[in-house]
Amino acid sequence: MAGSSIKPTPLLKDELDIVIPTIRNLDFLEMWRPFFEQYHLIIVQDGDPSKTIKVPDGFDYELYNRNDINRILGPKASCISFKDSACRCFGYMVSKKKYIYTIDDDCFVAKDPSGKEINALEQHIKNLLSPSTPLFFNTLYDPYREGADFVRGYPFSLREGVPTAVSHGLWLNIPDYDAPTQLVKPLERNTRYVDAVLTIPKGTLFPMCGMNLAFNRELIGPAMYFGLMGDGQPVGRYDDMWAGWCMKVICDHMGWGVKTGLPYIWHSKASNPFVNLKKEYNGIFWQEEIIPFFQSSVLPKECTTVQKCYIELAKQVKEKLGKIDPYFIKLADAMVTWIEAWDELNSSEGKPAKLLNGTA
Amino acid sequence: MSVVNIKDSDVDIIIGALRSDLTSFMNEWRSIFSRFHLIIVKDPDLNEELKIPEGFNVDVYAKSHMDHVVGSSTSVLFSGYSCRYFGFLISRKKYIVSIDDDCVPAKDEKGFLVDAVDQHIMNLTTPATPFFFNTLYDPYREGADFVRGYPFSLRNGVMCALSCGLWLNLADFDAPTQALKPGQRNSRYVDAVMTVPARAMMPISGINIAFDREVIGPTLLPALRLAGEGKLRWETMEDIWSGMCVKIVCDHLGMGVKSGLPYVWRRDRGNAIESLKKEWEGVKLMEEVVPFFQSVRLPRTAATAEDCVVEIAKAVKQKLGPLDPVFARAAEAMSEWIKLWKALGSGSLPL
Repeated sequence: MAGSSIKPTPLLKDELDIVIPTIRNLDFLEMWRPFFEQYHLIIVQDGDPSKTIKVPDGFDYELYNRNDINRILGPKASCISFKDSACRCFGYMVSKKKYIYTIDDDCFVAKDPSGKEINALEQHIKNLLSPSTPLFFNTLYDPYREGADFVRGYPFSLREGVPTAVSHGLWLNIPDYDAPTQLVKPLERNTRYVDAVLTIPKGTLFPMCGMNLAFNRELIGPAMYFGLMGDGQPVGRYDDMWAGWCMKVICDHMGWGVKTGLPYIWHSKASNPFVNLKKEYNGIFWQEEIIPFFQSSVLPKECTTVQKCYIELAKQVKEKLGKIDPYFIKLADAMVTWIEAWDELNSSEGKPAKLLNGTA
Repeated sequence: MSVVNIKDSDVDIIIGALRSDLTSFMNEWRSIFSRFHLIIVKDPDLNEELKIPEGFNVDVYAKSHMDHVVGSSTSVLFSGYSCRYFGFLISRKKYIVSIDDDCVPAKDEKGFLVDAVDQHIMNLTTPATPFFFNTLYDPYREGADFVRGYPFSLRNGVMCALSCGLWLNLADFDAPTQALKPGQRNSRYVDAVMTVPARAMMPISGINIAFDREVIGPTLLPALRLAGEGKLRWETMEDIWSGMCVKIVCDHLGMGVKSGLPYVWRRDRGNAIESLKKEWEGVKLMEEVVPFFQSVRLPRTAATAEDCVVEIAKAVKQKLGPLDPVFARAAEAMSEWIKLWKALGSGSLPL
């Protein structure tokens, strides 16, 4: 049964890193200061490494540009995208913390219907620290939330839930639409505050957006590879989608949960739909094959770690999606490279990434 | 009605009366119900005459009708909360909305009265999306859409067969939960409707539902009757059982089930601790029910809701029957129900 007392949410300030990809500037951090100041930031600077990105004073951070990524990963740096926010996953790899929160630099603090500013990070932490319920849908949504519980008919043996691996937040104002939808509805804004967190059922896929996302790095980190996008790649704006589909298949296999819903952030910038259309174009066709692939993917029970699951998925990608386009063969190889790089940087005997990075 | 192409005459509002004085209930719903045809079915165990206020287009059915139509030995199927199923059986409308008689209209967060019927019909007449989860919930709602990454081939959606609404104030908790938190009332208005994904099991509460009788009618059935079943929802599991069947059938036939809006306001009634003392069997039975429904496989040849129910009944008899007589009886009731449905569920009304 869900607890009824309201305990304060732990800050986790020494256990959580905030990963921010940026190519412009970090002005948005000023608005987040009261919520983020106590946390360590990992900034992944995309684009021209000779440009200096100023981090507002008072934040504790590491910053990596393309030169750093190349230096730290060597030839394996090929798996990290360039000129796409997919590069953020480098931040996940070099982090040493248990939890990651990642946010885009055009996302600001939203207000709830009462006008109060939303502490998105606090809500993500609540989501991650309470169990998920992927095996049976609760019609009153997250039963561990204050004021909620499991409904009549919910089996007691399933009320302990499972560990939560990912917390997927949403966006007010500019919704995360694809280019065709943006073109058809350029003025649509998301004004609906849905006061719910819910677990996405086991066996169900969803489009994971990387704009406002938190996860348990210790559990699912290696699966959060954001793929090959941007410069030199035939597709863009599918980085987080790809990571989300791989992640969900693995979470379902490992018995972990994925939550979606609160918290909301305020998404301020609508990217150019024509530019987006060009980036997404191949993805729109390819996803018709990609989705059935993930829906029918079975991971053998010998895959007992996330890395093993991911390598197996990469094999299946190469086998089954390789025939759609040679891109998938490259992607499958990059997935393996990612795991190799992850294991190198995160093995207990390996040197911590900090020693290799001179810019922080 | 705000929904295009749906006539008021396509809808029946079916109320199971477990209390005799429906005056306040009907008056609270008047502005919403009065333009529809209503079927009120009296619990056959209720002895008092029903008190129904004037001004409604209503047909009332009681034990005498049940005995006449199905025979007095079969009319036991319709005792207690299950009386509403008699209404489902004899209705000839496409859409049914059914609400417990201890619920009244809720107010939304802006203070406006929620037209639960309108919202249910909206849910049923817009597609469901069970094959891929949309993170902005129902994409057909005004102000929402499919998000980036949602495959285009799945954006047509499928038919929505059932709409499961929610409850403010007294939520549909089981007796142990409410007994542990006697003061807990649901005040959270979650402004969302969503499709419950295919293959996800869920507890479909019968308190506030609507369905497409034409496609799913026979699947809402009175079958699981607890030995100590009573006249409070804490003392029943019939709707939960029926709902598990509905979800399996919808998943098999490629139709959707939506959950969320509309809310109704459920009045405080009864005592959870008393109910718990009297009836805890239901909670235990769910432990057997869940693995059973997880493993049920319907053959491809089961192409209609009736076929599916027959198959489920067979499986219940085989797999659950030996575990507890309540399941053996449920299997029998399901077979009986399908016979009734085939004989009386369509064509001109027998009454």
